[in-house]
Amino acid sequence: MTPETTRDEADVGPGSETEPLLQVRDISKRYGGIVAVDGASFDVEQGTLTGLIGPNGAGKSTTFDLITGNQSPDAGQVRFDGQDVTDDRPDEVAQRGLVRTFQIARELDEMTVLENVMLAPRNQIGETLWRSVVPVARDRVVDQERDLREAAWETLEFLELDHLAGEYAGTLSGGQRKLLELARVLMTDPDMILLDEPLAGVNPTLETKLLDRLHELRAEEGLTFLLVEHDMDVIMNHCDPVIVLHQGAVLTQGSPAEVRQDERVLEAYLGGEVDE
Amino acid sequence: MSSETAGGTDGRNDAVLLLGVALGLYALFTVVSVLLGYDLNGIVNTLRRITFLSAIYAILVLALNLQWGYAGLFNIGVAGFMAVGVYTMAMLSTSPTSTFPGLGLPLPIGILGGVLAAALLGVIAALPALRLRGDYLAIVTLAFAEIIRRTYRSPVLEEFSIAGLDLGTGGSRGMSLPENPIRIIFYQTPGDPASDPSALGAAIFDFSSGLGVQPSVVVGWVYAIVLLVGVAGVYWLLMRVGFSPFGRVLKAIREDEVVARALGKDTRWFKIKTFALGCALMGFGGILWRLTGGYVATSMFEPIYTFYIFVALIIGGAGSNTGSVIGGAVFASLLFQGPNFVKRLVTEYVAVGSPPNTLFDAIGALGGLDVTPLVAYTLSDVNVAALRLVLLGVVLVYLIQNRPEGLLGHRKEVASPIDLGERDRQEGQS
Repeated sequence: MTPETTRDEADVGPGSETEPLLQVRDISKRYGGIVAVDGASFDVEQGTLTGLIGPNGAGKSTTFDLITGNQSPDAGQVRFDGQDVTDDRPDEVAQRGLVRTFQIARELDEMTVLENVMLAPRNQIGETLWRSVVPVARDRVVDQERDLREAAWETLEFLELDHLAGEYAGTLSGGQRKLLELARVLMTDPDMILLDEPLAGVNPTLETKLLDRLHELRAEEGLTFLLVEHDMDVIMNHCDPVIVLHQGAVLTQGSPAEVRQDERVLEAYLGGEVDE
Repeated sequence: MSSETAGGTDGRNDAVLLLGVALGLYALFTVVSVLLGYDLNGIVNTLRRITFLSAIYAILVLALNLQWGYAGLFNIGVAGFMAVGVYTMAMLSTSPTSTFPGLGLPLPIGILGGVLAAALLGVIAALPALRLRGDYLAIVTLAFAEIIRRTYRSPVLEEFSIAGLDLGTGGSRGMSLPENPIRIIFYQTPGDPASDPSALGAAIFDFSSGLGVQPSVVVGWVYAIVLLVGVAGVYWLLMRVGFSPFGRVLKAIREDEVVARALGKDTRWFKIKTFALGCALMGFGGILWRLTGGYVATSMFEPIYTFYIFVALIIGGAGSNTGSVIGGAVFASLLFQGPNFVKRLVTEYVAVGSPPNTLFDAIGALGGLDVTPLVAYTLSDVNVAALRLVLLGVVLVYLIQNRPEGLLGHRKEVASPIDLGERDRQEGQS
């Protein structure tokens, strides 16, 4: 669990009992002269709600992009559930059960809230062209659609979006869009969710409810979360462990108490030089 | 929990709407024909003509709506895919004894081959579409269509042999097509224009000529009815495609492909399938369009035809299949045919005289407060075609400013085979 974990330790065989669910090893990404991520390495253990913090520009969102295949790293390796997913396409990563939300909500404006949510489930038989056309096959599509509709309504009710189900997603407020993103990834029935500032613009009552729900999903269904959040209270009260990213690399990680007492974290946030 | 999700499951309203538009157009053109003093044959023929063009445009607009309205794939090479369909059909089924020979295979094989060839070309065109978005894809498809058209026009392909088989596109001269298959019902030797009618044909022609309707108009009407069946088939197919999880992914690709991929959809295959199906239907529409004429030339596939189909889709409302059919019918009847009928009406009832030779003469007459030379000039045979483009421009500008979503684009057509707003109440009702 130390950031200095070496590559040898990372290469324990696939399916090993001891292997963390997500392993990020020495990933780097450059955009021209700017080094966005510079050799970041960390693990996320199954069933945790891990926090990922760091000052603006620390490389948090880029790290998400690299893990989920939206960008490919210049160097390094990403392993999920015992498999190397470094060069996977985003849809392949999502199919494996690793999904993400976006920092700036990407709702599908000209689709209704329900359509947005119904898009998400994996393995929809009706996504095959011929099945949606040929009469008998379509009956099975309709059956599955009924089941998914019920699940979609339940998810929307939980996130208090059900009164907006028939509206275009483009008419939602900022906070509602964040919730819609969350509804979508939950509907994919994932093993792990990367949440990029999911609580920005969400009212405090619902925020508490959401965090409770994340804990519930973690405890009962073994879901794993990696959470980027700027609200330190949320991080310190709900996440364990907490990983601190600074200038594209892992500065430190540990329990909230450990991180809070780390001088280097304070300096990073205050913009001071980091003395190693 | 409002059930504001009209569309998919509410097919009856759409049927009424389509029927209403059809009856409205028929009524309008019947009145116009009567005003023009047409006899029954003329009226029936006018209605045949607008039915024919409306049905053709409806099929083509439906195909484009799948690609552009649903998936947001900006294909402006529609005419090129039509050309592939028509020329492939021609080369498979035109008689080997024609000036530019085909293989003489049965027409159904030719049509199937044409549709498959258009689909295949669609797949090839889709490969760049996997990486390109918006404008860049548009440029590629336009170039693709022009390459196709110019290839068929090439002198090299005017006549050639492959594996001992003589083929030819006729190059810039065009080539003849198999005879109109509807003639098989009515004539003993369908290929011969002077053929005697078959027993059935004779009976029907006897009846129709009693009403003063000519045999050619009867044959044309039967063809138009076959086209309407074709429209219904394509509409049925695309309603199923649109109102399904597949259609939902297409809409997601249109809205934000990154999201679709982040949710595990392999968008590449969705785009390839959409291109293949849409282009196949464009090829099919092209074949149905040109098969009656007995002749094909590359001038029938100039980029302007793609533009017409886009205008029709914009009028009807991108994203709506019902809107696509209405857009096709309204475009073909009112905008495409309209100016001609306006011209005939004006010249019938207003003595505009012969048009002046130049615009300058026409405008000069305005000095004497005489507008008839300008009207006559505008409505002369040469200028009425240009007037059509002016009218298109005016309609487009008006639509983009006042109703960019088109006639039916405002509707929430929720992509699902079921009404998502309506829950199975017996379970999980909170």
